[in-house]
Amino acid sequence: MAKIQLNGKKVTIKPKTTIYELLKRFKLNNKKVAIEHNKIIVPRASYKKKYLKNNDKLEVVHFIGGG
Amino acid sequence: MKKDIFKVANKRLKSRLIVGTGKYKSFKETAQAVKESGADMVTIAVRRVNILDKKKPILTDYLNPKKIIYLPNTAGCFTSEDALRTLRLAREMGGWKLVKLEVLGDKKTLYPNMVETLKSTKVLVKEGFKVMVYCTDDPLLAKKLEDYGASAIMPLASPIGSGLGIQSKVNISLIIKQSKVPVIIDAGIGTASDATIAMEMGCDGVLINSAIANAKKPIMMARAFKNAVIAGRDSYLSGRMKKNYFATPSSPIDGLI
Repeated sequence: MAKIQLNGKKVTIKPKTTIYELLKRFKLNNKKVAIEHNKIIVPRASYKKKYLKNNDKLEVVHFIGGG
Repeated sequence: MKKDIFKVANKRLKSRLIVGTGKYKSFKETAQAVKESGADMVTIAVRRVNILDKKKPILTDYLNPKKIIYLPNTAGCFTSEDALRTLRLAREMGGWKLVKLEVLGDKKTLYPNMVETLKSTKVLVKEGFKVMVYCTDDPLLAKKLEDYGASAIMPLASPIGSGLGIQSKVNISLIIKQSKVPVIIDAGIGTASDATIAMEMGCDGVLINSAIANAKKPIMMARAFKNAVIAGRDSYLSGRMKKNYFATPSSPIDGLI
């Protein structure tokens, strides 16, 4: 098992989990989001290729109302 | 009559009113207010997804980004680094190149930090962004932003959310006169007549959020702003009458009984 930070919260994942699988687990795979993996933006096309490892930091953002 | 076209970064807009989507009671109210305002561009913010509450409604369900232009902003960013990070994420999300930059310098006044703002504008323009920039009403700094490639100059009328209206008409007028890119008043407008004044002065557009969202009847206020902006623009284009110090009668003197 590996521990990562997802939007500032500690989340435990199975080893060899991809970003795509993580999004699926949190039901975010169909939503319009953008992802930063250890401060580097991950293009949508790479979600299935990108594996997560212990202590990774993931930020998943979307659009909300704002002025 | 010649058609009055409003273009920002080669995007043609029908309305000179741009509205923010924050502070509303619900997304439903946001969507209704946007519709009533007639705006075809809305500002939006980038924030973390709430991973625990999956059923929470999302903005895109209420405002279709295919029908209305989303203008991602950097509200809440206090450094150039944060602002750049936010806009790069926004671009990744939907390919948005047209963005609104605001780098704040002080929590109490939300006054823009112009040193960081100028720095960020330069970087964003280099990366291919079209940047509409929230800024102070200093004509020299506004000119510098334009030189750096800003797509629109967006000086504050007064502090964000204050509703104090245009506090420095002289500075805003100087900015309007010197700018070759659109000048859009951003922040501080309190009520519909403030927007009319801005438009009569020759501003190319206004951006409103709090004045609509914080009104007792936001949807009606959205309509008021739509009309106020149209009235102000028409008035500006019509050219106002001269001011006189003495009265001149409106009815003819000839034929008086």
